[in-house]
This record gives sequence, C-alpha cells and structure tokens, in this order.
Amino acid sequence: MTFDLFVLPFFLGLLFLLVVLVVKYSRWIAMMDVSDRVKAGMALFSVGLLKTVKEIFMESLLHRRMFRRNPLLGYMHMSFALGWFLLIVMGNLESRVYSGGHINPPYYPIFLKFFIHDKRVLPFEIFTLPGFFRFIMDLLLLYVLSGLVLALFKRTRSKWFGLKRTTQHNSFDKWSITSLWLIFPMRLLAESFTAGIYHGGGFLTNTMGSILAALLPEQILVYPAWWAYSTMLGVFFVTLPWSRFMHIPTEIVLIYLRNAGIEQGKYPGSFSEIELRSCPRCGVCIDVCQMNQAGLTGSTAVYFIRSLREQRTDTQLNSNCMMCGRCLEACPVGIDTLGLRVGARSVDNQLVASDFSYLRKKTADSKTAEVVYFAGCMGHLTPGVKQAMLRIFKKAQIDYTFLDEDGSICCGRPLKLAGLQESASKLVAENTVKLVNTKAKILVTSCPICYKVFNSDYQLESMQVMHHSVYIDKLVTEGKLVLRPAKVKAVYHDPCELGRGSGIYEQPRNVLKQIAELSDVTEERVNSLCCGGSIGDLSMNTTQRNVIRDGTLGVLCESQPDILVTACPLCKKTFDSGNMIKVKDIAEIVAENMSFPKFQEKTTTLVDP
Amino acid sequence: MNKKAIIFGYTFTRDRQIDFDANNHDICKIVAAAEPSLNLCISCGSCAATCSAGLFTDFSLRQVILLLRRGETKDLDKEISKCMLCGKCQLVCPRNVNTRNLILQISKALTSARP
Repeated sequence: MTFDLFVLPFFLGLLFLLVVLVVKYSRWIAMMDVSDRVKAGMALFSVGLLKTVKEIFMESLLHRRMFRRNPLLGYMHMSFALGWFLLIVMGNLESRVYSGGHINPPYYPIFLKFFIHDKRVLPFEIFTLPGFFRFIMDLLLLYVLSGLVLALFKRTRSKWFGLKRTTQHNSFDKWSITSLWLIFPMRLLAESFTAGIYHGGGFLTNTMGSILAALLPEQILVYPAWWAYSTMLGVFFVTLPWSRFMHIPTEIVLIYLRNAGIEQGKYPGSFSEIELRSCPRCGVCIDVCQMNQAGLTGSTAVYFIRSLREQRTDTQLNSNCMMCGRCLEACPVGIDTLGLRVGARSVDNQLVASDFSYLRKKTADSKTAEVVYFAGCMGHLTPGVKQAMLRIFKKAQIDYTFLDEDGSICCGRPLKLAGLQESASKLVAENTVKLVNTKAKILVTSCPICYKVFNSDYQLESMQVMHHSVYIDKLVTEGKLVLRPAKVKAVYHDPCELGRGSGIYEQPRNVLKQIAELSDVTEERVNSLCCGGSIGDLSMNTTQRNVIRDGTLGVLCESQPDILVTACPLCKKTFDSGNMIKVKDIAEIVAENMSFPKFQEKTTTLVDP
Repeated sequence: MNKKAIIFGYTFTRDRQIDFDANNHDICKIVAAAEPSLNLCISCGSCAATCSAGLFTDFSLRQVILLLRRGETKDLDKEISKCMLCGKCQLVCPRNVNTRNLILQISKALTSARP
C-alpha cells in the first residue's frame, strides 16, 4: 500500500506551493536588469557558490545571527529550521530503506509510518539501519517539539528570549503559524497512535503509543490523526506564499543574490521584492528601534516592511525613521531596511521637483591647497566646531582652503535620504566641480552626513575623504599636533552616520584618550543610540524628538562624566538643547588642549582662515 | 503694463491688492493637514536668515509660507524647488516648525494641484 486519500491535502498543498513559487520566481527574474541577470547566472559557476551554500546553512538553518542575539531565541529558530530540514532528509533516506533505494513520491516519506509497520526492529535498537533511522526520526521530532514548547513560552515570556516587544501579527499570519505549530504535535499523535497499535515506533512514539493506548481508543483515532497531520501541512503550504513564512524559500534566494554582487538598485524592483519577502517578522528590530520611545512602534522596520509587502501606501510610516541603522545592524536576515525606506520615500516624494540652476554662477572659484575643508550646513550652524577646526589647521601648519567659508551648498545627503536621488545628484555634481578645482589631496569635513555621501556618491578622483576626527588622529599620529591631557572624565557618542554608517569608531577614541579619561557607555559603537536630531526623519515632531534625545542622554550620562564628546555638529546641537551635560565636538576639545609640536616644521604659506 | 510707455518720470506699480476671496486657499489647508506644525509659524524669518539656498538666490521660506497662507500659490512651485532640504531652517526655528516636511508637502500639494 503506497497511497491513501489522506495524503491529498499535503500533496495538493505542496504542488500548489511549488507552482506559486515558480510563478513568483520567474516574475522576479523577468523584472531583473540584464546585467543583474548575468551576474546571478555567473554566480552559479563560481567558487563563491560554496560561500553562499555555507551562509545559507549557517543563517537559514543554524540561525547563527539569532544565536548571537540570544541563545534561547537562536535555539528556538534552529530547532524548527534545522530540525524540520533533517526530518525531511532523514525521512527520505529512511523511506529508501523500505523501497530498495528508489526515490519515492513526496508524500511517502512524510507519512512513512502509516504505510510501513516494521515490527522487526526492537525498541532502542539503534545499530541496524532501520533501527537507526527510527531512533533518529523520533529524536528529530523531539528536537522540533522542544522548539515548539519554547515558541509557546515566547508568547508570554518573551523577555527570556531577549525580546521586550514582539511583533503583533495580522490574522493571516496567525492562521499560518497555527498550522505550522500543529504540524508537529499532529505528527507525534499520528505516529504514536500507529505505534500503539502496530508497535513499530521509536523510543518516543512507541512509549507514547503505549501510554495513549491505555487512555484512548487508538483504533478509531489513528486515521483522523493522519488526516489532521496532512491537513495542517496542506494549510501551511497554501498560506505560505502570502504569510511571513515566505521568508523560508526567499531568504535563500536573497543570500544567493547578495553574494552574487547584486545590489538593491531601483525601487520597486526584483531585489526589493525579494527583500520584502525575506523578512520573517521575527521582531528583533523592534526593541532596538528608538521610535518606541517616541510612541511610534508602528513605524519600526518590521511593520514598515510588512506595509510595503501588503502594498499599503503609508507616507507617515515611511517618513518616520531616523535612518540610524540600528535595525540594519540587528536584522538576522541582513535586509537593507534603510535602502527600502529610501525607496519607499522616492515613490512618496516623486512629485517633489528641484531646480538648482542658481548655483551655477558660484561654482568656478575655488582656491587650490593641499587640504580642502568643508564644514557643511550643520558645521556652519555650530560655529564653535568650524573655528576649532581652523585653529587646528593653523596650529599644525596645514596648507588648506575653506571651501564653504561663505556658506555651503548642501552635500545632497538630506535629499537622498528623502528619496530624491535625482535632485541630490545635481548638488553632487555642483560640489564635485568645486572640490576637484581645489586640486587638494585630502578633503576634510566636519559633518558625518556629508562624509557619508562624499564617500558613497562623489567621484573625487584621487582625493581622500576624511572626517575631521580621523584627520585629527592622523595629525596626532604624524606628530603635527601634540595634545595635552586635561583632567576631565568624558564619554564619546558615536554619530550614526560616522559609526554604523561609515565604520569609524576607533580614531575619535584614540584622540580623546590622549586628552580625557574616557569611560565606556552601555550602548556604544555599533549599538550606539541616535541623538534624535537626525535629518533622516521627515515627520517626527519636536516633542517626540526630545523624548528620544533625553533617552540617549540618559544612557550616555550613566557613568556621570564631566563632558559628552561627539563628532557630529548635529548631534552636538541636539544634545546641547537637552541641557543635561556639557557637550563638545571632538574638534573643540582638541583645539582647547593643543600644545606646541615637539619640533617646528618649516613654515609653509598659510591661507588665512 | 508695458514699461516702454512710461515717459512721465514716474512709474506704475503693479496692483498689490490681494483679493483674498479669489485666491486658492485649498493648498494651505492640504499642507496644514499633512504637516500641522505649519500653524505654529510666526513669520519671524529665522529660516530665511540661515537658509543655504538663500545665500545664492532670493529664496525665503518665510515668504513662501506668507504666500501660501494668502493663497498666492501661482509661482510657488518654482520658488520651493530651490530648497536643498539641508535642514538648517528646522534647527533654528524658534517655533519648532518641521520645515523640511513642510517643504515636501507644499511641493507635493502644488504639483498635484497643477492641471
């Protein structure tokens, strides 16, 4: 007997799922740019494929990044993913023991215990082939069930799993997860009933079967139990393409495409569609998002991505994000949440026009120098920072020119963050001409926002872009600037665009350690908090911004430092308004604590500040 | 008025009477609904004083808001397109008007209202 009617819900569900997946995948491939399609094709034959397979194994099955966040959370996800995967693989191998090595129809291994009652195998006989499989299959089922128990606990005790808040799922997802959760208990019941009657089960199912035989009429219940098991599988497969569990097949594709070197590109496009479906709505991004403090939990990455996937246009939701990148850092799937946000905004703001033709008269006149300094709009709003930098240049006897001395053209990053890439590129073009005309070797900027976009969008020939904190560190290392220690206890705040955005953590700290006693902060470096003043957000009001600012100040001031040092004029300005602690930019504290260089170099011609 | 016709040593100035009833007030209502902090503006002009674009051209957010409130929205879209969205105005605003979103909303409202 190799067929029974009850396999139909599972079998038809699986067929349906496969058809839907093939249709969806072909549509995404059709949407791809030709160059991306070539890249994706080439990746199949490259050595990188091994790396991709390894990453898929580590992330999709083992859930390594989940483990890093919280071991219990990692175990829960791993038990479902790896456990189920091994059940399928082992089940398939086991079925071949009984079919003489042939490949069986897909339902056969899944419902093997219904079709085969191998009474030759003794309980706990694990050194023969059928015995080994029987033992291992029960062990794997127990493994998955242990994850299920944890998943149930997570409903009410999410703090054990390192989650203060969990995702509020919609009713469709609830249906889907219910069917998923019921699959494994149903399998246990069906196999136990069968084992209770035929005594062909392993250590788990046999024991349970014997116990249940004493309590329940197994002969009557066994067939409905198999039907229920099959139905749950069917329901899960049919709901999968529209539920959050679409992440199971899609994440694999995402990892493959990412490793093939394909980037997000235009929005909406096939890559963004794949990213949206790769989100498992695990909710890891919710706790890390500071929007919670402002009462805007609804605009955290998980809900934002869900709204995009459901094609609900919600401008408010799209614009309520400080683009600090904490969710990007936390996301176990590595979805480019910020890129998606910019993409959604580009659709929202597509009607916003720009005309910067008035700038053209001003671009030609740039002085030439070794170093070009760009204070940026925010640098101009904090004159202390600007003046400190000029003092530092003078002290270190640098041949520099101050590009935006008479006011700056914006770098383009704010427009880019609002999804207005085309407008931003006009400003990029204007600034590029001005910068290249200076023939400088180094571009120093005081604003991390400018720094980020200079690195990502500008083609500045051989000009090296440096944030002023990095440049000061360079001057100190080269001996051009000597710092003297001041008796202050300081903490350093990593600006989002400089830290997470550009990966600069050590240089400002190196400089600060020479001046002040630097204490650690509980949330620093990649986990650094946003000051709340971010230009990434478009619609938050001041009250909400202040709540976020005060929360961050609270964390920064835990060790009761004398002074808070940051490296971003916008962070400085935002923290200053909190009136909680004295705030200084790194340039300011350096300018105040410079002593004479050990040896005086030959004076070069100076350009007056 | 043709300027060549002026020969008497004095000029005709354009009529600056504002026919409030004839003007388009819908745009202002749409923008205020999308960005309520528009209603906080006291026309102090801090935004115009610090404006990056204002250094190169006569762009003034204060004027834009005045015209918007009066309903003189005819050439406003050309004016608003000069903004670089740098956010300096938002930081100096004493009334905490969310100027960046305001500009986006004005631009969107004007473009969608255009026939």
